[in-house]
Amino acid sequence: MNARTSRVLQCSAVLVAAGLVLTACSSSGGSSSSGQSKSPSAFSGRGPITYAAAKDSSGVVQKVIDSWNKLHPKEKVTFVQLPADVNQQRQQMIQNAETKSDAYTVLSLDVVWTSEFAAHQWIDQLPAAQFPLDKMLKPTVETAKYRDNLYAVPASSDGGVLYYRSDLLKKAGISAAPTTWAEMKADCSKVKKLPEAKGMSCYAGQFEKYEGLTVNFAEAVNSAGGVITDAGGKPDVDTPAAKKGLDFLVDSFKDGTIPKEAITYQEEEGRQAFQSGNLVFLRNWPYVYSLAEKSKVAGKFAVAPLPGLNGAGSSSLGGHNVALSSFAKNKATALDFMKFFTSQDTASTFLKDASMAAPYEALYDDQALVKQYPYLPVLKKSILNAVPRPRVVQYGDASSAIQQEAYAALTGAKSSAQALKDLQSELQKSAAQ
Amino acid sequence: MVDTKIPPGTAAGGPTGTAGGRAGEPTAPVQGSRRAWATAASGRTAALLVSPTLLVLTVVVLYPTIMAFKESLYGTKGLDPKTGFISDTEPFVGLQNYTDIFGQAGDRFWNAFWNTSFFTVVTVGLETLIGVAMALIMHKAFSGRALVRASILIPWAVPTAISGLLWRWIFNSDGIANALIGHQVLWTTEGFHAKIAVVIAEVWKTSPFIGLLVLAGLQVIPKEVYEAARIDGAGPLAQFWRITLPLVKPALLVAVLFRCLDALRMFDLPYLLIGAQKNSVETLSMLAQNEASNVRFGPAAAYAVLLFLYVFLVALGFVRLLGADLIGDVGGPRRPKGRTRLRRTSAPSSAEVSA
Repeated sequence: MNARTSRVLQCSAVLVAAGLVLTACSSSGGSSSSGQSKSPSAFSGRGPITYAAAKDSSGVVQKVIDSWNKLHPKEKVTFVQLPADVNQQRQQMIQNAETKSDAYTVLSLDVVWTSEFAAHQWIDQLPAAQFPLDKMLKPTVETAKYRDNLYAVPASSDGGVLYYRSDLLKKAGISAAPTTWAEMKADCSKVKKLPEAKGMSCYAGQFEKYEGLTVNFAEAVNSAGGVITDAGGKPDVDTPAAKKGLDFLVDSFKDGTIPKEAITYQEEEGRQAFQSGNLVFLRNWPYVYSLAEKSKVAGKFAVAPLPGLNGAGSSSLGGHNVALSSFAKNKATALDFMKFFTSQDTASTFLKDASMAAPYEALYDDQALVKQYPYLPVLKKSILNAVPRPRVVQYGDASSAIQQEAYAALTGAKSSAQALKDLQSELQKSAAQ
Repeated sequence: MVDTKIPPGTAAGGPTGTAGGRAGEPTAPVQGSRRAWATAASGRTAALLVSPTLLVLTVVVLYPTIMAFKESLYGTKGLDPKTGFISDTEPFVGLQNYTDIFGQAGDRFWNAFWNTSFFTVVTVGLETLIGVAMALIMHKAFSGRALVRASILIPWAVPTAISGLLWRWIFNSDGIANALIGHQVLWTTEGFHAKIAVVIAEVWKTSPFIGLLVLAGLQVIPKEVYEAARIDGAGPLAQFWRITLPLVKPALLVAVLFRCLDALRMFDLPYLLIGAQKNSVETLSMLAQNEASNVRFGPAAAYAVLLFLYVFLVALGFVRLLGADLIGDVGGPRRPKGRTRLRRTSAPSSAEVSA
């Protein structure tokens, strides 16, 4: 090999290395979607379809699909498993839509994606009259709408609840769970006087800079009577009420009600802290219940609705909706499958087998289910009081702006007033796009 | 490989003999058309032989690069406030995505740019020191050498995604790192400590890469050189500076170049260890990914193109500034610069390119 060719080789190696940087972005380039009808389209065509959703470790999704396939041998549904990571699920669904592929028929969307998918016309508007929406909890149905039109159907829901150490509260002479933040702080200081509570902290939620912070910030603001976006979807977060909500979190960090390390907590870190007996109160999702029952705090804790500023607080909503891809084939089959998949029977199977919270109100009062999941009545209250996270088209931007500003306030880099002011202008900027 | 120069006009190979005294053929002006024809034929064969490579390069490098550049000239799809739908097409905005980095919105870009540069300089610097030390240890003959070699290479064999998660546990609020230093640092929060956490994890992970390449360089240094040095009374330090380092330099430079290019594209480690959208550790790759995931492909492509140019310039700088040394200077006394350049264009030096 002579000198020049090896130099050429080096240069091309450099080019290859650098070129690989670009390939990730270019695959999604140059997209344009042709306009399709803006009204509920005719759902025609029957035949095999697919259902795209996150990898399901419980196996219950396949079980439900199998029972559909048994009844409809000519309209079989194939379960397309997407990665467990939510961002990757969204990414794959967007890629599928941008290439107008018919690979995914029915999509399982996180509740916060509805607006974005609807505004891009990646999903079809659905005939609301054909779904039993009146039997569902109202806030869950709200997450499925974009500009008052139905674009998805709730398949599962979720709401935040307050876990607390009932044994310690009882010992400190407190009979009921706190319903306001002030009560919670007062209860905690009583509990901390107990010798068993040595070294414990009061409260934690999810404050790491990720989607969980958006959830916790939204809950604090809503629980203090504020809003992030108003009824018309316009940002309105620079208000005294919102400031009271954010101040609750900021002050709690300052006075040690929330431990300093909680700024790194996602769901799991908080759960572990609670389970190892470091926390008196914890805001988390219902999935913690069965895990905590197997830990050393088993039998020593209970759940309550989230507290607020002057009364019960408002949770954010989790869960998934199913939607119909605009580019899919066999939409008549898809619509039938969606009805089947979101029916009360299916929801009850999901709840029984995989402890997925149902959108149907009736299931929360079912005695057999309440026996299996004692937190159901609390969760029902939580969801009924819940406020969906901001329903904006650029949800990703809105959420990162919230994380950015809330994080700055919690770490003391900004005052809460300044953070809210900046957040308001960021949200306005992203809404104007 | 052959020098593939095809003289113009000879491609048809016509026997009319006009190709004889062409300027492109200084070596054989009078031999006539047969020689020219032969050269053209071998030139064609050579072109044919390299064409698959060129084709692959076009498909995997050129096409995506051009597509990314084209995409970077388009803006974000707008929302029609009346219908509530996003428009179908992306507006053409020319170079606006590039000029935006000099405006107010550019803060995030420059932050990512400095983070990327900081990580590259610091991690590659530390890795070089540690990597060379590792290579020297691995090169020594002692019992259990195979075990040491294998264990030094383990961090490199662990996928970055996994090591990111491992280090996340180490840097947890009640993880080992805090237990060792005896007071609580919240490593994964915003701040300079987050950068340090990334640097530590990255250096741990990729020093073995440099170690491995340097070890390969060390193994081709003849023992006689060291024997001669010992006879001349050179100590270990003198031997290292005067013999080991100059002789291992070509291998080391290639390793450092590769590491630089890799570090400039850093994505997974800060993403997993510290988290997405943390300003303290956001690199250019993370910024581009974030823009793309928010369905803003135009700006994302613009950032990717800028990163491409940055990587390209660094690589070019390496080859230009250090290229001569990279190829020429092995195994002999330093030559005057002019001669080195002369050698490069004429003499083959296959024996010397040992790395």
